[in-house]
Amino acid sequence: MNLPVIPEQASTYAQQMDPIFWTMVILTIVFTLLVTFIMLFCIVRFRRGAKVNRSNPSTGNLYLELTWSIIPMILGLFIYAWSCKPYAEVYSPPHGCNNIFLIGKRWMWHFQHTRSGIRENNQLHLEVGKPVKVTMISQDVIHGFYVPAFRVKRDCLPGRYNTVWFTPTRVGKYYLFCSEYCGTNHSEMGGYVYVMTPQDYAKWRTTGGSTETQQHETPVEIGQGVFQKYGCSNCHADKDNVHGPSLVGLYGTQVQLQGGGVAHVDTNFLRTAIVFPQKQRISGWPPTMEGYPVGNAAGEMSEEEMLDLIAYIKSLSPNNSFSHTGKQGAAPKTSHHLAAHHAGNTHVALLAHTDTVQSTLHKSEGKLQ
Amino acid sequence: MSSIPLQPGALGTPNEQARENYLNIKHTVASWLLTKDHKRIAVLYGLSISIMFFLGGLAAAGIRVALVRPHDTFFSSEAYNKLFSAHGIIMVFFFLVPSIPATLGNFLLPIMIGARDLAFPRLNLLSWYIYIIGALITLGAIATGGIDTGWTFYVPYSSVYSNTDVVAVIVGVFFAGFASIFTGINFLVTVHKMRAPGMTWFRMPLFVWAMYATSIVMVLGTPVVAITLLLVVLERVFGVCIFNPACGGDPILFEHLFWFYSHPAVYIMILPSMGVISEVITCFSRKRVFGYEFVAFSSMAIALLGFFVWGHHMFVTGESMYGGMVFSIITFLIAVPSAIKVFNWSATMYKGNVWLSAPLLYAIGFIFLFTIGGLTGLYLASLAVDVHLNMTYFVVAHFHYVMVGGAIFGYMAGMHFWWPKITGRMYPEGWAKLACIIMFVGFNLTFFPQFILGFLGMPRRYHFYPPEYQMWNILSSAGASVLAVGFAIPFFYWMWSLKYGELAGPNPWGAKGLEWAIPSPPPSHNFDSVPIVTEEAYAYEEIYARELAGDYSDSQVDRPVSPLNTEQPDQKTLEDHSSTEESL
Repeated sequence: MNLPVIPEQASTYAQQMDPIFWTMVILTIVFTLLVTFIMLFCIVRFRRGAKVNRSNPSTGNLYLELTWSIIPMILGLFIYAWSCKPYAEVYSPPHGCNNIFLIGKRWMWHFQHTRSGIRENNQLHLEVGKPVKVTMISQDVIHGFYVPAFRVKRDCLPGRYNTVWFTPTRVGKYYLFCSEYCGTNHSEMGGYVYVMTPQDYAKWRTTGGSTETQQHETPVEIGQGVFQKYGCSNCHADKDNVHGPSLVGLYGTQVQLQGGGVAHVDTNFLRTAIVFPQKQRISGWPPTMEGYPVGNAAGEMSEEEMLDLIAYIKSLSPNNSFSHTGKQGAAPKTSHHLAAHHAGNTHVALLAHTDTVQSTLHKSEGKLQ
Repeated sequence: MSSIPLQPGALGTPNEQARENYLNIKHTVASWLLTKDHKRIAVLYGLSISIMFFLGGLAAAGIRVALVRPHDTFFSSEAYNKLFSAHGIIMVFFFLVPSIPATLGNFLLPIMIGARDLAFPRLNLLSWYIYIIGALITLGAIATGGIDTGWTFYVPYSSVYSNTDVVAVIVGVFFAGFASIFTGINFLVTVHKMRAPGMTWFRMPLFVWAMYATSIVMVLGTPVVAITLLLVVLERVFGVCIFNPACGGDPILFEHLFWFYSHPAVYIMILPSMGVISEVITCFSRKRVFGYEFVAFSSMAIALLGFFVWGHHMFVTGESMYGGMVFSIITFLIAVPSAIKVFNWSATMYKGNVWLSAPLLYAIGFIFLFTIGGLTGLYLASLAVDVHLNMTYFVVAHFHYVMVGGAIFGYMAGMHFWWPKITGRMYPEGWAKLACIIMFVGFNLTFFPQFILGFLGMPRRYHFYPPEYQMWNILSSAGASVLAVGFAIPFFYWMWSLKYGELAGPNPWGAKGLEWAIPSPPPSHNFDSVPIVTEEAYAYEEIYARELAGDYSDSQVDRPVSPLNTEQPDQKTLEDHSSTEESL
């Protein structure tokens, strides 16, 4: 008989969560036993016909009502406040996280280590004690990135980047599950997370965990290629020009939007700006991107390419502290809907928007901070 | 009968069954299918949801068979996904939501407030027909191919990717939603406009308060899910871009809209049960409910607060951190009115003259299971803990404790309590208690292991799972078979009791309330003349005093042997026995 009760505890988040969980278990047992005891006591002692003292039966008592309202409320608020802290920390990853890109698709997980460029499917190798930030997106339906030993879960959504971070604390091999139902082979969409000692991890990194190529292109390097391939560089140069704003130093800033409002330039902002430039654009620039095929033919650029491209754009702003996307989770609605600075294909821009480009040219300076 | 209180049993006559009542007034099929009598419609609904419960239970049996082994080969993954989807959709939309309101509520609400019928009898019948149309569409779709989206229909899976018959099922659910809206409107208007003279708001039985609160949720919440599901159909059939992110839609918007109804829907399922428990506990404790106003207002508080907690289903979707904190704290607050109810019920029994009948046994089961179900809900309301437990078997265990342990145990308590009123016959008490105990044991054996599975990390909706989870799953499946036996037993003894059950008389329990002041089964028009209510609900003081003095003449059944009444068997009991023989 194998009856495990307690899951392995292998992350700092798990260390924070487990005491809250066990406190609630104790409170549950106490309250359930209390209610059960009262009921059984009444059934037995005040059973029909039993000769017991039933003098002054009460049918209401304000002080009792207040007691059993306020005590549970105080206990509840205490648990509530306690559990807010670890949850809030999930939204602000520490500096120096190991960044990992994760693409979920039916029915596999595709990881890419951004520093080394190593890619792996359905398994993830991590170094013990090093904080990890996973930026995830789904290629089709909603998936859920879930590692029970880390107590960490995040929905992997299509069309929007979600992030989660954690620090593995114990060497071992742990289950990786898909927690959000995604169709036929949902229960087979999983694998393992390997937490390794620094020595083992270093060794794994040099071999890439495989016998394949030892040299891996990083997402920034690949992203630079994507930037060329899709013609982004035609308009987005080192400096603002007639065709579009420069992307240097853009990531992590706040921008004014056409028609009012401000937005943070984060990963979700950039993604929407590329895919759905019509949703909103940076004030002062013409809607050149709207004629650009990437945006209109959704799916033209793969999610891998998109992540690499955004990594490249992000790398153009190395000094912006916002690049940890701490705000990303805090304001996903905002970043999702308020999108778009424009950029564009030269030909389309010149054919379709020459007037607009020229008329807005004089206004464009200084719009991008 | 011009006023209450009447003496219990005052209307019991030897020829109880010969008297005209709502069941024997006409026997044609048309007289049932075209009836406008709320009691007959309640019976129609009762039969319909029983069939749906059976079908949903079959699907559950399939799930438990599949999960006995970590790598099941009995079903394909497609079939497994269709099984749990069918189970969820049938049980939620076609059993739990209509369960108590459409059966016991329909039957009792007008009688409890002294009305001859609901405000809109035709709308009531229409509600049943719409429910049946919805059920047939859904069952047809399930039988001819099934649906694999789960009962939550999450997009873009349901609107773009699923190859199954999503549209038909959604249309069926849409119909069922309107049946529920009609019931809600009918109840609201009836409670407002048709209370008998003297039936003030604070004299209403707590069951009526619970129905009132439930109706508010039905009327306000259901249209939202109906429209949301139609939007899914629009996207799926016509490609109108609403939720699909590939064309700029937002899948999280669907989750917001869906849970805006579907969380309050949980209270549609549990509030009526709470109303039943209030009736049963008071009757069998022979005491006025402890803290009437607190119990009544806690129903309203749950119904209203229930509309502001939907975001707690979405803590790991990347919703705003502050949004999560607000949804979390409101969810913690909603536990307070639930706690108030549990403590008030317990306090009601204190110093009562507690008669441990089958309905009370079910009610005790309800309180125990609901306490666990409610408290484990707080684990999921707690932000940090939910990150781990969300979408695991812990959630499955939690909501089964609330919906099966809570809603169904409440339903069973109510069905046993009012069975003599509805049918005019007693069910066999010993069998009922046995069924309750088997159900309780089977239930805990089925669902308690799922808490542990969830904490270990087993995600829900998993056809295959890691082998170390197997023993808990085997225990759960074993429990499910015990539970199935528990559910089967009442079916047989209820059928038996229709013919062979002891005649109940108008008030077998010695209970208070207008429904117990009229004959069993009630006549079609409920009341010969409009009753005038002169006292509060649960005025058990006189019965309590009589019983403590050893006079148990108020109880027509299961009367304790005591010095005062053993020597002279009660006249009415004799009459009941003689009439039983006559009817045989």
